[in-house]
Amino acid sequence: MDGRKKKRKVLLMGKSGSGKSSMRSIIFSNYVAKDVRRLGATIDVEHSHVKFMGNLTLNLWDCGGQDAFMETYLASQRGNIFSDVAVLIYVFDIESREVERDLDTYNAIISALREYSPHAYVFCLVHKLDLIQAEHRQRIYDERSALIRSRTEHFTIDTFGSSIWDQSLYKAWAGIVHKLIPNLTVIERFLQAFAKRIDAEEVILFERSTFLTVTSVSSEIGDLNPIYDRHERLSNIMKAFKHCAARNTHTTPASAGFVVMHTKTPQFNVFLGRFTDNTYIFVVVPPGEAAYNCAVLNTMLAREGFSKAGGAAHGDGFPLPTPDSPEEESNSS
Amino acid sequence: MGLRRSGKSSIASVVFHKMPPNETLFLESTTRIQKDSVHSFMDFQVWDFPGQFEYLESSFDLEEIFGSLGALVWVIDAQDDYLESVARLNRTILTVQQYYPNINIEVFIHKVDGLSDEFRTDTFQDIVQLISDELSDAGYENAPVHYYLTSIYDYSVFEAFSKVIQKLIPNLSTLENLINTLSNNCGFEKSYLFDVLSKIYIASDTRPVDMSCYEMCSDYIDVIVDISELYSWDHPDRQAKGEQNQEAESHVVLHDETMIHLMEMNKYLCLVSVIRNPEAKEKKGLIDMNCRTFQQALNDVFSRSWEQDQEAEQSRDQVEAPQIEEPATNNFLSL
Repeated sequence: MDGRKKKRKVLLMGKSGSGKSSMRSIIFSNYVAKDVRRLGATIDVEHSHVKFMGNLTLNLWDCGGQDAFMETYLASQRGNIFSDVAVLIYVFDIESREVERDLDTYNAIISALREYSPHAYVFCLVHKLDLIQAEHRQRIYDERSALIRSRTEHFTIDTFGSSIWDQSLYKAWAGIVHKLIPNLTVIERFLQAFAKRIDAEEVILFERSTFLTVTSVSSEIGDLNPIYDRHERLSNIMKAFKHCAARNTHTTPASAGFVVMHTKTPQFNVFLGRFTDNTYIFVVVPPGEAAYNCAVLNTMLAREGFSKAGGAAHGDGFPLPTPDSPEEESNSS
Repeated sequence: MGLRRSGKSSIASVVFHKMPPNETLFLESTTRIQKDSVHSFMDFQVWDFPGQFEYLESSFDLEEIFGSLGALVWVIDAQDDYLESVARLNRTILTVQQYYPNINIEVFIHKVDGLSDEFRTDTFQDIVQLISDELSDAGYENAPVHYYLTSIYDYSVFEAFSKVIQKLIPNLSTLENLINTLSNNCGFEKSYLFDVLSKIYIASDTRPVDMSCYEMCSDYIDVIVDISELYSWDHPDRQAKGEQNQEAESHVVLHDETMIHLMEMNKYLCLVSVIRNPEAKEKKGLIDMNCRTFQQALNDVFSRSWEQDQEAEQSRDQVEAPQIEEPATNNFLSL
């Protein structure tokens, strides 16, 4: 695998003031929601290389959204901007008064993208949903995303409603990240086998610095959990606590983190620990002291096996392990 | 109590109803006395008085208002002209002192988040001076008046309310002794006994209060409560896989090797400790066991004091039963 292939270009576009840089700061730069007021307008394109899951570098292009910039992107910069794009994230402001004009611009961008990178994924975020009254939110979002879909030509797109003030932002970005990770199916297969072996209700893999859900598996019983947005809420909870820990131990949020967390309650037991260099694993098992300790031990063993395989393989940060690591069996009793 | 718009209802909502601080902007002004019962390890009522009430006039029954009062919290808006509020507070204190000298008077110098540091201390000193002058003029030298700087945008209001509540707990010193013994034996840096609902701490060890420890402990309770909410759903197919303690227990190790340990004590209380001693962290089992012993002792203290409450309500100073504490202390294993 050559280095260039791993650098995936992610375009972040949308009208001026729609909240592109705000969400980028929250997800990747450890801002909290109220800090984003400090941000000014983005001039031209801000390039940033976001390290994600070790060697997967997202080459994030945050494109300023003022009309003048938009024109240059579509005219003189066209080839430069739209070639080699892996993902386009287009942000719509729900409060915008010129919906039709926004859609025209979007359509122009889509045409340019089709010309240069026809295989890119497209994600549309309908942003600032918190400004709409709760009872109308779903309806307005549905209407808007139908409009967007009608202007997307042949691309298959995913739309998300989002707001920086609640967990919906994490849901949207977790969806995006999910699409970007190579050999994800292998990881999922591994987790599936692992979860089954330790009788876990749910196993979730979080990215270390952003606490975005990379992937998750759950057992039949775990699937019955009535709270559907639990992963995003977890991201939110853990990130908030990370900020608190950073504030009170006098470090930056980027370097703060957890070594391990155990929680035992009468209804469930939870274990959170480092899995690979860039991920946390979150394991939910039913109560039971012995079974829990066993699960923790197995997680540790699986981690070792995982990183060994990682060193031998491509050094991708995420290796290709054999689906059933033999280590687990030794301790499953 | 306090003047109108000084922030009384906001404090009550933030502390007892978990309202996010920025939403208190939308609170309507209070027009009648709001009685708010808090059911926790001990039941108490929070009475929120409208600021415009002239309760010192003869039309109000003083006995009705102050008769069963434990503490009077007076809120002063530090960002406003506070002279009027102080004058009214003085009048109130004088009345209260005359008839009900046992009531603790707690002065919250509120909304200090908007003030610079020097200005904050100046205001504090000015207010303390004004009130104590007035009191000593009237001949009350040692009136139970205490002052706090508070703001709903940080943890200071929780801290202040904790202190207020602690003064109302009859066996506080027993609890503190217990926690001290526990902390010394387990190598805790600091531990708090929290009321889970309001996140007020009702007792802590007697080492100096460290704001950062308090913040982390109180946020950690949030983490556990929130995670519990996500995974405590009921379903007949969810079955335990073995024996386990009925009380929740949790600990986290942070990047700088600090460990935060949380253990549920009973329905309302949990013990949260910060551990930095590397030796202590190795001996997790011992800590757990000591905490269980502590839990036992704690429940003993509470059940004992409740019995006594029923028998003789006024014998406050004798509530502490030394024979409870002794066996408990002996049971702790030190590191």
